[in-house]
Amino acid sequence: MRHIIAVLLENESGALARVVGLFAQRGYNIDSLTVAATEDPTLSRLTLVTRGDDQVIEQITKQLHKLIEVVKLVDLSDNAHIERELMMVKVKASGDQREEVKRCADIFRAQIIDVSPTTYTIQVVGTSDKLEAFIQALCNTQILEVVRTGVSGISRGERSLAL
Amino acid sequence: MSQQNQPEMLSGGAMLVRALHDEGVEYVYGYPGGAVLHIYDALFQQNDVKHVLVRHEQAATHMADAYARASGKAGVVLVTSGPGATNAVTGIATAYMDSIPMVVICGQVMSHLIGDDAFQETDMMGISRPIVKHNMSVRNPAEIPMMVKKAFYIAQSGRPGPVVLDIPKDMTIPSQKFPYDYPKDIKLRSYNPNAKGHPGQIKKALQTLLAAKKPVLYSGGGVILGRASDELTELARRLNLPVTNTLMGLGAYPASDPQFIGMLGMHGSFEANQVMHNADVIFAVGARFDDRVTNATKKFCPNATIIHIDIDPASISKTINAHIPIVGLVKPVLQEMLSQLDKLQGKAEGKLDQVALANWWNQINQWREVHGGRYQQRAELLMPQAVIEAVHRHTKGDAYVTSDVGQHQMFAAQYYKFDKPNRWINSGGLGTMGFGLPAAMGVKLHYPDAEVVCVTGEGSIQMNIQELSTCKQYGLGVKIINLNNGYLGMVKQWQDMNYDSRYSSSYMDSLPDFVKLAEAYGHVGIRVTTPEELEPALERAFALKDRLVFLDIHIDPKEHVYPMQVPGGAMNEMFLSKTERT
Ligand SMILES: Cc1ncc(C[n+]2csc(CCOP(=O)(O)OP(=O)(O)O)c2C)c(N)n1
Ligand SMILES: [Mg+2]
Repeated sequence: MRHIIAVLLENESGALARVVGLFAQRGYNIDSLTVAATEDPTLSRLTLVTRGDDQVIEQITKQLHKLIEVVKLVDLSDNAHIERELMMVKVKASGDQREEVKRCADIFRAQIIDVSPTTYTIQVVGTSDKLEAFIQALCNTQILEVVRTGVSGISRGERSLAL
Repeated sequence: MSQQNQPEMLSGGAMLVRALHDEGVEYVYGYPGGAVLHIYDALFQQNDVKHVLVRHEQAATHMADAYARASGKAGVVLVTSGPGATNAVTGIATAYMDSIPMVVICGQVMSHLIGDDAFQETDMMGISRPIVKHNMSVRNPAEIPMMVKKAFYIAQSGRPGPVVLDIPKDMTIPSQKFPYDYPKDIKLRSYNPNAKGHPGQIKKALQTLLAAKKPVLYSGGGVILGRASDELTELARRLNLPVTNTLMGLGAYPASDPQFIGMLGMHGSFEANQVMHNADVIFAVGARFDDRVTNATKKFCPNATIIHIDIDPASISKTINAHIPIVGLVKPVLQEMLSQLDKLQGKAEGKLDQVALANWWNQINQWREVHGGRYQQRAELLMPQAVIEAVHRHTKGDAYVTSDVGQHQMFAAQYYKFDKPNRWINSGGLGTMGFGLPAAMGVKLHYPDAEVVCVTGEGSIQMNIQELSTCKQYGLGVKIINLNNGYLGMVKQWQDMNYDSRYSSSYMDSLPDFVKLAEAYGHVGIRVTTPEELEPALERAFALKDRLVFLDIHIDPKEHVYPMQVPGGAMNEMFLSKTERT
């Protein structure tokens, strides 16, 4: 099962390495990892996407908790939540293709954010599934480059991960 | 502000040493080098914190570790950057695996050189990360007192463990002084280790134990670390529980007590492994269902309801699912159980199932007859088990016994019947050969009047034999029992059992003359080659109170450790001798 784990971490040097090291050391998967400081500069927030059965996920959350710099964490997948990922795709776009790519981008509510005589760079925001669907939809187009941020997540409603 | 209240101005190095003193540290074990010279100079200029100069940094870590195991307080190590720090790695990992509190201070190259592959630079933060409870690098000398406090707090609280403090040389420059103030205590918003255990869960656990027909108490190193053996013993007696201890937990319950059924696991007693396998309730206290205990997890104790007390939630349901988990320090949890039990006194719910328990004890006593720790006596050859029994007699069962790793370690665990906690000191989790001698030194230094025995093998002792020199310098009169079988015996045993006795590199060829070696270092050496020589040799060795005596005892080279669990089997599937299995 895919899980999205959000972690509040002391914003100290070495703390992130500890989280990443834990996953490598204990053989856990990381599908994606995003991290940045929060509104409180002493805290950073990570969103980790991982996979495993219930027992593995339980170990992951417990082992993360044990890290001294982990302040709080939540498995967002336990409750209603929102996840977003941003992707930029650079595609070959000349002649007829230009119109076709633009149509496709519109359907996905993607934006063309950079243009050259032979290329488009498109930005898409959504769930990881949506980003994958967009790549699928571009199957007749030559993709030059893809960059994805990885998932950020937050719970719906009043539930929040804060101090 | 009056003159008196003005904080003293100290250099980073002096603050470090003062902070150690304020933390109650008496000894630091270490080895000097470029990156820690300022600190060594600060040590030289005071008399409160004493430094013990080892001959290899690994030994410093094991000394500190063993001191912690015996006393419960964190041991302190001081090493230089680069090779000094990397030499300490095995000892840090050893302490980590057994949850031993330790503070390791590593020098580092000057801050501005970090990352340049400077002379004797290694990324000790990176190297130690997977084998420490925490590590920290000093960025500002003024923070040294706070960081020392934090290091001790983290190392000693909750599930203890080693903490590495990485100190770049420019943090300790003698001419740069800062106001010194040692914090009384410290709080971290991200770390709150003092769980008392959920009362509801504790109640449920007690009810389950009271209703049990075939219960067993399985306790581990957590009870030793948590200083809870009195509570454990009382509870076991009041609930009439058979008690088994892990390798790390020996001594938590008196081995001479009739309710004690021996160690469990790979080389556990026949009865302990049978009791576990057939139990209806397993009460696990400060133990972690390690693979050397459970054997194949799929076949583990099929009928048992499992109650598990541990301070580390990650240890609960990691390998074996717990039905009644209790996260908390073992001592307060056991105290709460005892007080709940008091309240049930005289009430129907407080009654044990006496009939079922009598049947259970009957069964256990029958199992005791099956193997019972028997071993073959030989007229011409000394048996290792007999040596350990003799050492037990000569020390009245009251010695601190450290060991190395191998067959001798298992014989010591099985045959030195530990009646007190903190007396059995061995590397259980990492299985570090070379641990025994420095460990004995760490204990002897702090308990000079106690009998300290190192049970070792001719393989293991050579991994830190240079420490005989340190023993001479500090007058450490430990007794070394070298169970010399001329083999890497444990390796040989596996090769006998699984590789048709093809002894691939398990023979210790060209052994030194240990007696002469001991003498060369200024100690007493005694060789024992026949059974008759043993008693007088032990007599003489233990009479030489303040001397280090190296007893090189030649034993049966062919002996195996039994019982031994059948690999991949259930807990109760065991080899009982070279020719019998369950
Ligand atoms: C540092 C280290 N290297 C290798 C091993 C693997 N090992 C475990 S027991 C053993 C043999 C120990 O031989 P000895 O000290 O003579 O003890 P014996 O088993 O003969 O009693 C070895 C090599 C280990 N535990 N530690
Ligand atoms: Mg040997």
